Amino acid sequence: MIPPEVHQQLRQAHAEGNYEPLLRLIPYAGLIGIQCSRQGDDLLFCLPASQDNIGNPLLPAIHGGVIAGFMELSAALYLLIFSESAAIPKIIDFSIDYLRAGHYRDTYAQCQLWRQGRRVTNVAITAWQGDPDEPIATARAHFKIEEMTSPLK
Amino acid sequence: MIDTSLQAMAQRFLSALRHCQVLQMRVHHADAQGMTLILPYSTQIVGNPQTGAVHGGAITTLMDTTCGMATLCVLPEFEVCPTLDLRIDYMHPAEAGKDIFGHAYCYRVSRDVIFTRGVAYQDDPEQPIAQVVGTFMRLGKGIKGGLNFANTLKGSGQ
Repeated sequence: MIPPEVHQQLRQAHAEGNYEPLLRLIPYAGLIGIQCSRQGDDLLFCLPASQDNIGNPLLPAIHGGVIAGFMELSAALYLLIFSESAAIPKIIDFSIDYLRAGHYRDTYAQCQLWRQGRRVTNVAITAWQGDPDEPIATARAHFKIEEMTSPLK
Repeated sequence: MIDTSLQAMAQRFLSALRHCQVLQMRVHHADAQGMTLILPYSTQIVGNPQTGAVHGGAITTLMDTTCGMATLCVLPEFEVCPTLDLRIDYMHPAEAGKDIFGHAYCYRVSRDVIFTRGVAYQDDPEQPIAQVVGTFMRLGKGIKGGLNFANTLKGSGQ
């Protein structure tokens, strides 16, 4: 369960557009170097180019697993901030289509919540590098969430 | 004497992948039937600080690598095989403190595409933490840099 004070922190992070304290709680977020910023009412996730994330030494290109991990983490953070789930969203399944090589440069991701049920949510994630209209990967994920038993005040 | 066994080739392949080195991944076993890699438990890949469970992204990296390297088990010569798609079903969360094994094999090899499936598990392969299917594109041997890399894998490159 997420304690009420953490929910308070989440709302504060979103209100201020400063997600650093939230990301610091998740070691894997620090490992790959994910960043999060507010874009109007939406969230923009960034994975700055890092040698440590390379998986294809020939191109070089970012490891496909890192791109997937970045997108899965983006979706989880997106839900954490927007779904007001009573517990940390739990991943059920994740499916990714790789459209282009993820070159050694900054990568961005945005999420779309297609359906929020009482127990399960469906999120689509798009990742791109130079041009948002030329995504390097699209993914979708289902997460299990827990409905708040009493409304937050 | 250069070791050209599948296991040695797999080890050389894995050691060329920087992010896999960051995750300290190792080859556990490789034969014609499939590829098994190990992702050691480490606090840096934790996704849930409340439970210490490993983040799905690290498991996806393990399984993308394992499925991709399973192509080494079926191809007569090294080919660059990028991932077309990958799907992971999470059966239950990974237990904190325990290494994760990834096992994958190819169940169909066609001219252009290789279909793979696999599991991630901790103690018991019959009780996987995740089930995976992945599809890989065959780019052939002539791809830029591919031949050099193939030679490096065989141990004859620089």
